[in-house]
Amino acid sequence: MSEKPVISASGLSLVFATHDGPVHALSNINLDIHEGEFVSLIGPSGCGKTTLLRVIADLEQPTAGTITVNGMTPHQARERRAYGYVFQQAALFPWRTIAANVGLPLEVMGLDKAEAQRRVKENIALVNLAGFEKKHPWQLSGGMQQRASIARALAVEPAMLLMDEPFGALDEIVRDHLNEQLLKLWAKTKKTVVFVTHSIPEAVFLSTRIVVMSPRPGRIHEIIDCNLGADRPLEIRETLEFQRIAQQVRDGLRAGHSYDD
Amino acid sequence: MKSAGHTSSLFHRAAPVTLILLLLVAAWYVAAYALNAPYQRDLNARQGVTVTTGELVAQTMRQQKPTMPAPHQVAETLWKTTFGVPVTSRRSLVYHAWVTLSSTLLGFVFGTLLGVVIAVGITHVPALDRSFLPWIITSQTIPMLAVAPMIIVILAAVGVTGLIPKALISTYLSFFPVAVGMVKGLRSPEVMHLDLMHSYDASSWQTFWKLRVPASVPYFFTSIKVAIAASLVGAIVGELPTGAVAGIGSKLLAGSYYSQTIDIWAALIAGSVVAMLLVALVDVAGRLTARAMGARPS
Amino acid sequence: MRIAPNWQALTALVLIAAALAGLPFTAAPGAVLALLILWLLALAALAALIAPATSGLVATFGVLSHAAVFLLLASLAGAEGTARPSFYAALAAAWLLGWRLVTVLSGDGRRGSTGPGWGLGLVIPALFGLWILILWEAVVRGAGIPFVLLPPPSAIGHKIMASLPILAADFHQTVLKAVLFGFVVGSLAGFLTALLADRYRFLARGLLPIGNMVSALPIIGIAPIMVIWFGFDWPSKAAVVIVMTFFPMLVNTLEGLRASGAMERDLMRTYAASHWQSLFMLRLPAAMPFIFNGLKINSTLAMIGAIVAEFFGTPIVGMGFRISTEVGRMNLDMVWAEIALAAVVGSLFYGVLALIERITTHWHPSYRR
Repeated sequence: MSEKPVISASGLSLVFATHDGPVHALSNINLDIHEGEFVSLIGPSGCGKTTLLRVIADLEQPTAGTITVNGMTPHQARERRAYGYVFQQAALFPWRTIAANVGLPLEVMGLDKAEAQRRVKENIALVNLAGFEKKHPWQLSGGMQQRASIARALAVEPAMLLMDEPFGALDEIVRDHLNEQLLKLWAKTKKTVVFVTHSIPEAVFLSTRIVVMSPRPGRIHEIIDCNLGADRPLEIRETLEFQRIAQQVRDGLRAGHSYDD
Repeated sequence: MKSAGHTSSLFHRAAPVTLILLLLVAAWYVAAYALNAPYQRDLNARQGVTVTTGELVAQTMRQQKPTMPAPHQVAETLWKTTFGVPVTSRRSLVYHAWVTLSSTLLGFVFGTLLGVVIAVGITHVPALDRSFLPWIITSQTIPMLAVAPMIIVILAAVGVTGLIPKALISTYLSFFPVAVGMVKGLRSPEVMHLDLMHSYDASSWQTFWKLRVPASVPYFFTSIKVAIAASLVGAIVGELPTGAVAGIGSKLLAGSYYSQTIDIWAALIAGSVVAMLLVALVDVAGRLTARAMGARPS
Repeated sequence: MRIAPNWQALTALVLIAAALAGLPFTAAPGAVLALLILWLLALAALAALIAPATSGLVATFGVLSHAAVFLLLASLAGAEGTARPSFYAALAAAWLLGWRLVTVLSGDGRRGSTGPGWGLGLVIPALFGLWILILWEAVVRGAGIPFVLLPPPSAIGHKIMASLPILAADFHQTVLKAVLFGFVVGSLAGFLTALLADRYRFLARGLLPIGNMVSALPIIGIAPIMVIWFGFDWPSKAAVVIVMTFFPMLVNTLEGLRASGAMERDLMRTYAASHWQSLFMLRLPAAMPFIFNGLKINSTLAMIGAIVAEFFGTPIVGMGFRISTEVGRMNLDMVWAEIALAAVVGSLFYGVLALIERITTHWHPSYRR
């Protein structure tokens, strides 16, 4: 990993002013993420994992420290559509068909129609939703909706995917299935992924590195490498290596956070 | 995501409103000049008087029957007719406001009771729900106020005059929002809560008092806020065909007969003040009830 | 097939027996007709007692009881004001059977039971409306209520047919001129102001509380002022309508523009969408249900504003003018004709808006089947 990191944060802090005084959502975050990595941010609620992702996406402004995305400020990176963002919910517009939803960012970017159509078709096929182009969001299941929202993020053709607990609202069976599909997608597209989750198995199964965070103030407790190799069938979760990494993450979470409060 | 401290929130909220109100008053003065100046110039020319612009502006602000009275003229009349004369006098705005207010309140109470009774009926009798509710909703689209003069005249023909006919128009206008709002409110409990009551084998009477009624309280206050405003409009319009006896509506009508524009504006503002007070009163009652019921203060 | 006792049919049978004992219905001769009516009613009541209530049976007792009630109304001809208790007993029996019909058509209303389809959804309220007219006609003519107090629906119907040119002129003056112009200008102005206030939040923070407050005020009171400013003809009425429709549109549009979710707004931010892109692609579509709500409120307000404003003075045409002058002359059938016209126009106005809403916001959860 000699090349320049795509995301680089140093001394990053964010303090929210609230009615009950300041809240230290992020405190002195130092993190480099390199091209092609799959990095999971994991931690209990209130540890700032979503906030960190939102700072990378220029949805929140840090109060101290520096962060660069592709060597630019997050603001410049956002204006160049450097990333695709996937939310906890699919956030599809109910008045648009699936195809029109996937094409939404392309309309905003002002892409010409033929190219937009090509990308919409390609990415809908990529998430296995071919045939559902003309449906409206409510006609799809939760898992299918979230797949459509991933296609929408990919349609921008970003080098980077930012995913904020994208499968948190789905049941475990659907979630396993989408995890497998996401891994295949990642292998195929070689994108850099930053993935927020609070599920240990999900983080271990997907990631090349796992960033364990802890709350009050939100900070990085430990960064764990996760070298399970490129080919990861679901059964890998039964292997000792998998269990070992999962245990390491669990220990990290426990050490960083007292559960008394 | 999270807002800044709340110390400045009052200023934050009041400043834009105050500024826009000030702008409105300023616009009012400009309009008073613009609308009154042509007549004044005409008058001055006929009398062969030449005036400076400053004098012209001053003249436009003190006409007897201006096209657009200036704010201070209206304020002066309001002050004089509110505090300058005994409240029992026919010239007192308080007297007229009271006449309108009393039929508003009577009609509002009738209307609210009627609306609640209809809502309870609709939520408990499927046949009423299917046959009556569509008419209630359709009747919202019918200009009810158009019926007002006829009600007054019919009731006068059978010997009912005074407070009651006006109150009936207010009743007519106020029961719709209450009925529709309460049907919504009585049906607002979630399926889960209804299932819970069902699992206790609660009677429909128990479900009504312990679940539906408490759940409908916010809807009740929202709809009576609309109802009381509608009541006031009903009372004012109800005063129009009675031949200008008393009340804010009669002041409006008398003002329009004799082009007493200042009086019209004063009556209009008196009516608005009454409306705001009534709505504020309902709002406070709603908030107190919500707090007493353990709602999160907003 | 079995007997299913229900209180409406049983009470109807008792009433039919009472009516039979108390014949004749009116002072006019007509014993054969009276017996025919009671016989039809008795048949209908018996049909209403049979279970299961197949659609054929329901149709039979519905048609029989309504045929009976129309014969009953016909039997009043030339005998107005002489109805005897037996007449009302027969009327009550027919009404109970009508109620039974609505009850059967409505289903038992339990959760899980399928509601009526849209055909029945129209028939049931139509029956209710029909019965209002039937009872009105029967009581007014049966008891001989003076025409100047409450004309029967049939008289109002005749008046409508006889004065179509006058009604058309009033419609033209009030609706096509004042209401439509005022509605379009007022709603458009409110909408555009809301877009402006949305761009400059300071304006919105000032206008929203004021708009909410104004909606509680008796704005209709500005009518005399508008008459002084804009004269007696329709522009003064349109001005009242503009002021009345401006604020509901402003408040509803502003509320609607806030209705899009935080997540969706963040999404548009990640695309670096401009204010106008996010307005036209996200926030306006999300605001459509609110905008239509404002338009529907305004359709009613526009009719009220134009009609009531005419009470303060008009040229000698217009719905409000006609109502106030004909009330003065005690021509109540003409007043009712104008009210019927206003009701039809108001409902159609609302209905057209609801239809457009349905077409443009078909994606909204409330339309899912």
